[in-house]
Parts: sequence; C-alpha cells; structure tokens
Amino acid sequence: MTENTSNWRQKILYKPETDDRSRMRAVANNLILHLHPTKVPAPALRWTYTWGLGGLSALTATLLVITGILLMFRYDASIERAYTSIQYMETQVLFGSFVRGLHHWSANLLVITAFLHMIRVFLTGGFKLGRGNNWLVGLFLLALVLAFNFTGYLLPWDQLAFWAITVGTSLLSYVPVVGTAVSNFLLGGPEVGQATLRNFYAIHVAVLPVLLALFMSYHFWKVRKDGGISQPIRDKNERVERLTTIPHLVQIEFAAAAVLITALTLWVIFVPAPLEALADPSHPPNPAKAAWYFMGLQELLLHMHPLAAMALPGIIVAGFILIPWLDKQDDNIGLYFRSRKGKQMALVGAIWALALIPVLVIADELWLDLPAMFPTWPTLISTGLLPLLLTLAALIAIYLIFREFGHANPSEALVGLFIFLIVSFILLTIVGIFFRGANMALVWPV
Amino acid sequence: MTTKNTSQPVTRRDFLKLGIGALSALALLEVGGASLIFLQPRSLEGEFGGMVTAGLVDSFPIGSVVEFTNGRFYLVRSHDGGFLAVYRRCTHLGCTVEWEAQENRFFCPCHASSFDLVGNVENTPAPRALDTFPITIDAGQIIVDTGTIQTRDAFAPDQLVYA
Ligand code: HEM
Ligand code: FES
Repeated sequence: MTENTSNWRQKILYKPETDDRSRMRAVANNLILHLHPTKVPAPALRWTYTWGLGGLSALTATLLVITGILLMFRYDASIERAYTSIQYMETQVLFGSFVRGLHHWSANLLVITAFLHMIRVFLTGGFKLGRGNNWLVGLFLLALVLAFNFTGYLLPWDQLAFWAITVGTSLLSYVPVVGTAVSNFLLGGPEVGQATLRNFYAIHVAVLPVLLALFMSYHFWKVRKDGGISQPIRDKNERVERLTTIPHLVQIEFAAAAVLITALTLWVIFVPAPLEALADPSHPPNPAKAAWYFMGLQELLLHMHPLAAMALPGIIVAGFILIPWLDKQDDNIGLYFRSRKGKQMALVGAIWALALIPVLVIADELWLDLPAMFPTWPTLISTGLLPLLLTLAALIAIYLIFREFGHANPSEALVGLFIFLIVSFILLTIVGIFFRGANMALVWPV
Repeated sequence: MTTKNTSQPVTRRDFLKLGIGALSALALLEVGGASLIFLQPRSLEGEFGGMVTAGLVDSFPIGSVVEFTNGRFYLVRSHDGGFLAVYRRCTHLGCTVEWEAQENRFFCPCHASSFDLVGNVENTPAPRALDTFPITIDAGQIIVDTGTIQTRDAFAPDQLVYA
C-alpha cells in the first residue's frame, strides 16, 4: 500500500518507510509520534487491555481545546450578554450549534473516558512497579477535568448554570473557618454574579488549560519513562513478540480516533447541547439538579449533613491517592482483577453495592428520620457525624470480611472494596439522574 | 544521629545561599500576596449590599410578607407588629426561598426545606433559621441594611424591630 503513495505526501509529510529500522527512526524523529516508543510488546496492543481509554481521553481533550478556542471568539463573559451570545450562536451563526455541541458533548465524554481509564488502571494494577507517581498525576488530571466542567457549566448563564453553581459553591460555606472566605473569593462576592462569571471564565479558558497541558505532557512522558504501560511479569525465557509502532500502534490509534470522531459528530448532529431559560436569581427551577456527573454527590447531600457529604468523598479520594501504598504487591501487575480470587471479590463487591444502595436510599426516604430519632443532638452529629462514621465502618467491615472470610490477600480485598465504591457511586448517580423529581423526592422515571 | 558543629563560622558561600533563599521566599510571598489582593472580591453592583428604603411602617399590615426582589429580602411583619427583614437565601445551599401565602411558609424548591413566618426551620435539611438584615426605623420609614448579613440559629423575640 505504501509503495504507491503520491509524491507530494513524501515531500511534505514524511517518507513512508517500509523497513522496520527506518520506521523506528520515523517515530523517534517526529514531534507527535515520539511520545511513543519505537517498538511495543504485542500484548500491550491488545484492545481489551487498555480499551484505548487514555488515548481517547487525550483525543477528546484535543477536540475540546480546538472547539473551545472557536467558542471564545463568539462568547461574551458578561451576565447581560453571555446568554444571548450563546443563543445567537445556536440560531444565527453557521455551524455555531455544531461547534458548541461538539464542545459540550466532548466535555461530557471526557468525564466518562477519564473515569473509565482510572478504573482500568486500577484493575490492571497500572500503578505498580514505580508507576505510583503517574497514578497521582492521573488523579490530578481527573480533578482538572471535573474543574473544567464545573467552571464551564456556569458560562451559558442559564437556569441550570446559575443554580448548579450556587448550590455547588454554597457547600464550601460549611467548611469550618476558611469556607466562607474561599467561597467569597471564588465567587468574587457573596452570591453568584458578574464577578463569578468573570472568575470562572478566566479559570476555564486560561488557568485550567495551562495546567492540563503541563500535566498531560508529564503523564505521557512518565508512561514511557516507566517502561511503557504495565504488563504482566513474564518468565525470563518467555519471549514476547515486539512490534514496531509504525504501523501496528499508529494504525490502531487512527482507527480508534476515526471511530470516536465519527460517533461524536453523529451524536452532536442529532442531539444539540441543551440550553435552559435565562438565569433568574429569584426563582430556582424545581428540581434544581447538578450536572449529571455530580449527581452522585448531590444524592449524598440528600442523606447527610453537607459537611459529611463532603467529608465522605474527601476521605475516599484520600484513599484513592494512597492506593499505590496500600497495595504493595507487585507480582500481580498487568492482570485484570489481580487473580481469580480478586475477580470473585469484585463480583461480591458489585453485588453488595447493587443490593445495599437502593435499599438504603429508599429506607432513608421513607422511614429513616435521624434528626427525629435523636432530637437532642445537633444535626451536625445526627445527620452528619453519625452516618459518616457508620459508612466508614461499613467500608472497613467489607474489607475485613473479604480478608477473613473471603481469604483474599490485601491486594485482592482492595479490588473488592474498590468495585463496591465504584458501583455505589454509579448507582447514586443513576438515582440522582433518573429517580429524583420535584422537591428532590424519589419518583419513578416516566 | 548526625552531630553538627554549631561553632563553625558561616562561610561566605553559605551566607549568600541563605540570603538568596530568604530573599526569593520573600519575593514569592509578595507576588502571591499581591495576586491575592488583586483578585479580591469586588464590590457588588446594583442595589444589593446597600441601604434599601422599604417604605412607611403603616403600609405593611400585620402578618404580611412583602418581597423586595432587588434587595433580596422579604419584609415580614409579625403578628405583634414587629419587623424582620429575612434574607431570601436558603441556609441549606443557597437557593432562593419563595413565600407561599396559602401554606404560610417560606419554601425552598432545591431540597424542600421550609421555614415559618419568622424564618424558623419547619422542615430540614436547612440547618438554621433564615438569615436577616438589620432594620432601622427613621421618621416612620423602614430602612434595611442589605450589606450586613446576620446569621442566627433560631428566631428570638428580640430580633423584631418595632416602630
Ligand atoms: C485527562 C485525562 C487523562 C489522559 C488524557 C490520560 C492519558 C493516558 C494515556 C494515553 C495512557 C497510556 C495507556 C492507556 O491508553 O491506557 C495513560 C496511562 C496511565 N494513566 Fe492516564 N490519562 C488521564 C487520566 C488519568 C487518571 C484519572 C488516572 C488515574 C488516577 C490515570 C493514571 C494512569 C496511569 C497510572 C497510567 C499507566 C498505566 C499502565 O501502565 O497500565 N490517568 N494515561
Ligand atoms: S438549598 Fe434550600 S433546601 Fe437545599
């Protein structure tokens, strides 16, 4: 195929090489391609190992930068004009709706791919054998992605934007001592207003992109520095086939990128980005919901004191940060779920979450009334500390049960606990998206 | 344990190193501080945050609730004739509460907290009564200072202002 390549392509782009040696040199000498090693072990290319999730995240991030820059030319970050500038884009500007839709849906997609990528890295032990630092960088990237979405969410200045940000930032005021000051600083005043829109815009289009570019570059560099992506430890005399990056890896990447871009484009054509009514500070919509990826947290808020609803995810995130130090067993790297036992623990963890979470949500809605059960206690304790401690105790109990009765080693027991947490979070998110109606009461989705 | 000879004189190199380090730290602090001051919360535009003249005492009937949209408060006249300026921001997570006259309560649509006429919590999750603004009455005119938010756990009679 490459033999027939036309002349101009040879001159302008690169000379398609046909022998392995020059193909490897082509990778090493090209700015973009040099992020890759010149050769990769064949099993690392298996689609079902990485699911291409890191690469797809990177591609989505690139799409976001391109569409974001285009949007900046048309958007106006003032509360008088932001909404109309978006409306104008949606109705008058040729391709306006398309560019906005691409940005909106790519942002949503990136939350999903980065989240799934984290799950895949955990499940294959991708944080082991010196990869702990990159796990931390990855978590920071995920936090950046969420921060991008949180700040970007405000910019259209519609009802959804205004109230989601109002509720989200009000959480801060529960943090003792510094909370209110931090919230005032972020909002540029006591309420969401013009200063907030300015602040969030600057953070969204300048601060976060710079951080993302820096940390993504470091992330990729580190993957290579750590000897490529994680692989199972093999026998000294077992020979693994190593393939050249061109064409084997590059071909896969192009195919994945083409599929993603096509699917995304079709989606955007048929489902334009939503835009609600203009923000009205006197009248919140009912129900006033957060963006879908924050609805798991929103659901927690309906069951716990705001401080507990922040502390619980905070403690779990701290646990995620510590994972490379909690699971120090390196010999099971590169194996999904660590082992057969790990797979069993994951299954049990998932089933427990599926059984427990719906029951708890319904029980709290219908019967449990903690402030009424302990009328003399302050709510900070009855709906805060008490459920927080109970939840943490349950998590520790689950781990210990896996260890004692499941006969799992720490590495395998953590897999079970991790899956329990992830499934619980997804279930809470589903409840928040589909099962919460007016006044945030439980409803059956219609 | 490392033993350190403290009597050793500071060499010129050490002194310069220390000096440059300290000065750099100071410069960094200054830049950081300047940035923080630069980014400080701006003063609010419009009426909110200023003095709002609500009207004459006699124009508010007993037990009435009147909304001041720009001032972001409800002027409540309690059953014994006292005034209370209730900030409309829900103490749970900041949504705007609405006065529901038929139900005789303030209701928050975000997580269904409700409050009675004087702002006391009737229904959680709101953790405390609605905030208020100070009221002064001058020559029969009610003046509300929306720049000062007063927080409270619950209503107490001494919060009412009488003409
Ligand atoms: C903006 C978001 C992110 C991008 C663009 C990104 C990109 C990538 C890419 C391209 C790889 C190579 C392997 C693969 O494709 O799976 C990778 C590997 C890795 N990522 Fe990410 N990533 C992101 C977020 C994260 C997150 C949220 C985590 C976890 C907390 C993480 C942790 C890691 C680790 C530890 C590796 C090495 C995995 C191994 O050796 O198996 N990254 N990332
Ligand atoms: S913000 Fe009013 S009840 Fe939550």
